Amino acid sequence: MSKRFTIAYWAGFGIVLALLTVAPLVLPEFWRRFLTEILIWGLLAMSSDILIGYTGMVSFGHSAFFGLGMYGAAAALLMVQPPNLWLAIAYGLVGAAGVALFVAYFSTRLRDIYFAITTLIFSQIFYVIIFTWTEVTGGENGLTFRRPALAIPGLFSVPFTSETLHWFVLGVVTASYLVLRRITQSPFGMVLQSIRENEARTRAIGYSVERYKIVAVMLSGLFAGLAGVLYAIQNRFAAPDFVYFLVSGEAVIFNVMGGIGTLVGPIAGAGFFLLLREFFGRIFGDQFPYLIPVGIIFIIMIIFMPQGLLGFARRWLNR
Amino acid sequence: MSSADRNIEPLIAVEDIHTYYGKSHVLHGVSLKVGKGEVVGLLGRNGVGKSTTLKTIMGLVHPHRGQIRLAGTPITSLPAHKLARLGIGYVPEDRRIFRLLTVMENLRTGLDRSGVTEARKRELLDKVFAYFPVLAERRNQAGGTLSGGEQQMLAIARAMMLEPKIILLDEPTEGLMPRMVWQIRQIIDVLHREGVAILLVEQNVPLTLEASERVYIMEKGAVRHHAAASALKVNDAVIHQYLGV
Amino acid sequence: MDAILAFLQAVPYDQILIQTVNGIVTGMILALVASGLTLIFGIMDVVNFAHGELFMLGAYIGVVVLATSGNFWVALILSTLTVALIGAALQVTTLRPLIGRDPLTTILATFGISLVLQNYALWAFGPVARKIQEPFTGYFTLFYLEYPWYRLLIAGLSAAIIGGFWLFLKYGTYGIWIRATTQDRVMAQAMGIPVPWVHTFVFAIGAGMAAASGVLFGPLVGVNHAMGLDWVLKAFIVVVVGGMGNLGGSIAASIFISLLEAYASIWVSPAQAVIVSFVVLILTLLFRPTGLFVPTPK
Repeated sequence: MSKRFTIAYWAGFGIVLALLTVAPLVLPEFWRRFLTEILIWGLLAMSSDILIGYTGMVSFGHSAFFGLGMYGAAAALLMVQPPNLWLAIAYGLVGAAGVALFVAYFSTRLRDIYFAITTLIFSQIFYVIIFTWTEVTGGENGLTFRRPALAIPGLFSVPFTSETLHWFVLGVVTASYLVLRRITQSPFGMVLQSIRENEARTRAIGYSVERYKIVAVMLSGLFAGLAGVLYAIQNRFAAPDFVYFLVSGEAVIFNVMGGIGTLVGPIAGAGFFLLLREFFGRIFGDQFPYLIPVGIIFIIMIIFMPQGLLGFARRWLNR
Repeated sequence: MSSADRNIEPLIAVEDIHTYYGKSHVLHGVSLKVGKGEVVGLLGRNGVGKSTTLKTIMGLVHPHRGQIRLAGTPITSLPAHKLARLGIGYVPEDRRIFRLLTVMENLRTGLDRSGVTEARKRELLDKVFAYFPVLAERRNQAGGTLSGGEQQMLAIARAMMLEPKIILLDEPTEGLMPRMVWQIRQIIDVLHREGVAILLVEQNVPLTLEASERVYIMEKGAVRHHAAASALKVNDAVIHQYLGV
Repeated sequence: MDAILAFLQAVPYDQILIQTVNGIVTGMILALVASGLTLIFGIMDVVNFAHGELFMLGAYIGVVVLATSGNFWVALILSTLTVALIGAALQVTTLRPLIGRDPLTTILATFGISLVLQNYALWAFGPVARKIQEPFTGYFTLFYLEYPWYRLLIAGLSAAIIGGFWLFLKYGTYGIWIRATTQDRVMAQAMGIPVPWVHTFVFAIGAGMAAASGVLFGPLVGVNHAMGLDWVLKAFIVVVVGGMGNLGGSIAASIFISLLEAYASIWVSPAQAVIVSFVVLILTLLFRPTGLFVPTPK
């Protein structure tokens, strides 16, 4: 039985992966970029799922991690010439990890709503710092930079095309998914889920709950930062808007809409949300406040479909 | 056993209710009846579901299966506040008076209903202060400053403000001194004399057998035995079997 | 000795006094907004992310009513009542179905509402800020500055509204219902109090208070669709620092934080002065998580 399931699961995974790989070859430019963006936001929402879906901690701090990943990459791409892809990733991850550690240290000792509010405040702290420290961060206007080439130093260097960029992003996101999946199914992941189910009992058994939470936040922060790096590379700019807490809110929305605790759900949620946005924009024109119907759909989903789009498959996806 | 055999519609009829807390199946088909003005006891060890039964009757917990009727009318899915207005009073374990409200304000939560004249309100207050003079003394004190026994009295007095047809009493003598236990016993008698039915959940077996006309005994989430109190008084064996005392 | 004198002379007393007044004025408005928020949380455990948008909506309705009627007070009253009704409608349709579920769902639902309201305002009124005209102009001299009377009116009126509400809670008929429900929702129901309606009523009051703050504050800044965001953040900080569900605490915290920020703005820009409130929040959470002005529970 389990063998059949594993085959079915990986077959499904393979099919989806194949579709996403082939897509840029058949889609027009706009949709190619659109798909890439879905993947990037999906990665951000997936990182949020580690906290919300697996550890049971609602966090609004992801915009800080995302933003620092973005600005970290920007720093690498502006300060080191020629712009180096791997350095950008490294700087971004370090930046995000640093912020995650900072936030984790202060917030993890708090419970529930206080944790959520504190992470939100931290996002805003970083927003204010980035917004006002114009000399370093470009303030309101952000930073622009060139996209680095896909390069392995000494071997080859090829500038990204929108297809290859898409494949690169797809590769990173897929790898992230596999890594996170492995982690959530490991003993560590099991402890996180036990914290979600019953924190007091987990603590009583003897686990140092705070330490696990800190690691969870850092893990989440790392992947959120990675999403930020990818975004920076794709769009070639970094702006404070992405550090504003609304971005965290959106990540949480994608996560919940797609189904928490599923890891792929958030990606589906991001796709669903962005597609809805596009759809409304097309039908009603650019000026239409697409967020009104999308917001209403979101509220209706929370009331009637709280498990999200993929929530029904939650148990399968976690086997 | 006569009142149980009469075919008059009982005041409260609980029919085969199954209640869950989450996934936990707590009540496995509880059935019981309380007639108008009757005092009925509900005994059982800790954790058998006595409090849950009361909470289900009070509409604080909804059963998955089964029916509850008040004077014939089904009330199973009604919310607690409607049931309170229909005449069911509830005095929970650990009293749960409003600690930050004064004694007077606690009483007013039951008193301030539509359809009650100021004169009637005055009457009810006077009556309750006559039964519980200590509450009259402390009427402007915060509920949290009262002693355990005084809080118990306030909890009962508060329920009486609803002019209920039946009061659900959950372990009213728990943790009280013998003198207070005696006072509770008096109150039960007074209520009985006024025609208020009582469903009494208790750990204190002698008190229950004294005060009640009939007694149900629960075990593992269902009613296992039902007899007149007088019959149980002479038949220790049953008590031993279910309660181990 | 000279150094001390020099220091004392360097202290900008006039600035400090002006900022004290400013701080109290802003603090009272913040208190009005935060009172609604803490009330809602205290009674139904709902973190109302849309509270800032109710503030913003109140301001906009004020703009519209003012334009048609020409009277500030009519605008204030109509706006408060309208938003209270809107709040009640929102609570009944979106929050009642969520009772008993994971608290995350109410956070998300109110977040969704805030998005919808914000974008509605943007669409209906456009991105350009509107202005509400004060009901009267007029200044008195505070040092070298002409200080508007209107600002003092705001502080006074906010205090009056909060005070009036507090009296209602203590002595009004339904005040007992609200206090009982806040303390023990279950027993309140068992006493016949129609708890679902009490929840709706309190939500409506909170919304009304937010709207009133919006109209009162309108003349001080431009009315635009994003004005709620900063306020909701500050209000959350105040509610946590003051102790969640604690009315007196949030009022004290509002004034405390606003004063600190006002003083800070003597030396740094207002955009940076907000960091003060963040720092206060973090310190509170680290050392007195139940609230700065709440005695530590035994």
